[in-house]
Amino acid sequence: MHLDKTEISLIGVAVATALAAQLSPDWLVFTLTLAISTALVVMGVVMLMRAGLVSFGQGLFYCLGGYAVGLGGRFLGITDALLLIGLGVIVTVAVAMILGLLMTRYREIFFAMLSLAFSMILYGILVKSHGLGSTDGFGVVDWTLLWLESETADGANMALLLAIGLALTIALFLNRYFKSSIGLACEAIRENEVRVEYMGISRQQVLYINYVLAAAVGSVGGSMTALAAGHVDPTLAYWTVSGEFVFIALLGGTGHVAAPFIAALIFTLVRTYAVELAPNAWQMILGIVLLLIILFLPKGIWSLFTRKKGAAS
Amino acid sequence: MTEILKTEGLSRYFGAVTAAEDISVTITAGEIVGVIGANGAGKTTFINMVTGYLPPSKGSISFGGNPIKGLGPRKLMRKGLTRSFQIPQLFLELPVIDNLAIALAAAEQKQFQMLRPVRTPERLGSAEEILEQMRISQYRDEMVTAMPQGARKLLDIALAMLGSPRMLLLDEPTSGVSLEEKYTLMDTVMEAVHARGLTVLFVEHDMEIVRRYVTRVLAFANGVVIKDGPVEEVLADTKVQELVTGKYHEHKNPGGDA
Repeated sequence: MHLDKTEISLIGVAVATALAAQLSPDWLVFTLTLAISTALVVMGVVMLMRAGLVSFGQGLFYCLGGYAVGLGGRFLGITDALLLIGLGVIVTVAVAMILGLLMTRYREIFFAMLSLAFSMILYGILVKSHGLGSTDGFGVVDWTLLWLESETADGANMALLLAIGLALTIALFLNRYFKSSIGLACEAIRENEVRVEYMGISRQQVLYINYVLAAAVGSVGGSMTALAAGHVDPTLAYWTVSGEFVFIALLGGTGHVAAPFIAALIFTLVRTYAVELAPNAWQMILGIVLLLIILFLPKGIWSLFTRKKGAAS
Repeated sequence: MTEILKTEGLSRYFGAVTAAEDISVTITAGEIVGVIGANGAGKTTFINMVTGYLPPSKGSISFGGNPIKGLGPRKLMRKGLTRSFQIPQLFLELPVIDNLAIALAAAEQKQFQMLRPVRTPERLGSAEEILEQMRISQYRDEMVTAMPQGARKLLDIALAMLGSPRMLLLDEPTSGVSLEEKYTLMDTVMEAVHARGLTVLFVEHDMEIVRRYVTRVLAFANGVVIKDGPVEEVLADTKVQELVTGKYHEHKNPGGDA
């Protein structure tokens, strides 16, 4: 199979990150795992944005992925991380296939609000579910990866390697997806739905497939977060969490498959240091960062790279 | 000659307003038919009903002998009936080549492919061919936003021509195009139309364009077809001159007073 330049770069960065992690302190490994998991959910937001849709409810799928890991371990006795993640994807895809029938009929603010409403419904259900720990949530079982046990092996490192592996696979897939017929059809729908229909393309079908895939990718992010943090609670579905995903998507831009990863890393680091430096005003720091991005880089951080390229050519 | 499009009693009402009333027209394959009429005469409503953009209030439409009333744009496109727009409907923030590549993928019914790039060498070749035919090759890698109006019109028509259509409906192809560019644009479009052997129905306000490029004219006024026939016969008709072209008034009152 022929790999393009982006794919080779993605593989290179993934390998370098995995190697660097071996020498990094645990807190950095953990932060990086969370950033990668977040980036996966953001990738789903970006997929929707490329089709002209903004979701303020991607936390729904993030939470489903997380809770599937928690519940799969607790009630089904599954401990293998890949099986737990697979379970999350199956549950999420099933839910997204039902919701997608309705969601893909809406655009703009209606889509945004409806997506938010569904994630808040899940939040409400989980908060009222005392058997699942209500607002406190519950712990995730000790997991294994193939033959390795997270407790006996270096758990944080294992989680990061798993996150890198999954993120690389998804990034390689999405890199091709964005350049494929359906990827371009999504952008075409964002630009002009009338022409899309007159080309013989069903907007509904394209958006439906994109919506379900975005949900599946978000679910993997949620599952990875649950495995790394060892705990799930209803805030995974809370609207501010979904808002953060949109924030990061805007920060990175939709121009490249790597953008959400860079943006998620910057976001996680800015937030970590902002909380440390200004515990009572860290949201303000994040707000100012977003404001500056919108003012000076309306197409996100990735436009810095494309600008450079444009200037060079 | 084979009948390709037939409408019978086609009407469209918007509440109490009659936009089109009892339009019965038969177009044979290979014809180049002009649709003329003042603003609000029902021309675009007629085109919109035929191309599935607007459902008719009553009447029937058949294409190639098969009823098509109620079919949406997608199904009509697959049957070979396609259109361009008065305001070009393009993907403004995408490169011109991608506008064509996605149209070609859709024409091949491969719009759901996920892992193969949309820009295949075959599609790029076909896209370049049509860009050359429409004389807009210089914009190949530009965003559509960088194109002038005339070039956008040509790209809009090029998109409509992909996917082996049999009939093309053009809604005011020369509107918004400068006087000098109009004939070049129409020559280019007609060359492409003849090369593909398409039947064409086009709405036009410029009577010189109508005279030069069509063989038959449908004259619309107040939502009805007031005259249907060869171009010179329709343009010479006093009722058409009174309600559509305005020459009757000019002739009666050379000073221009109404």
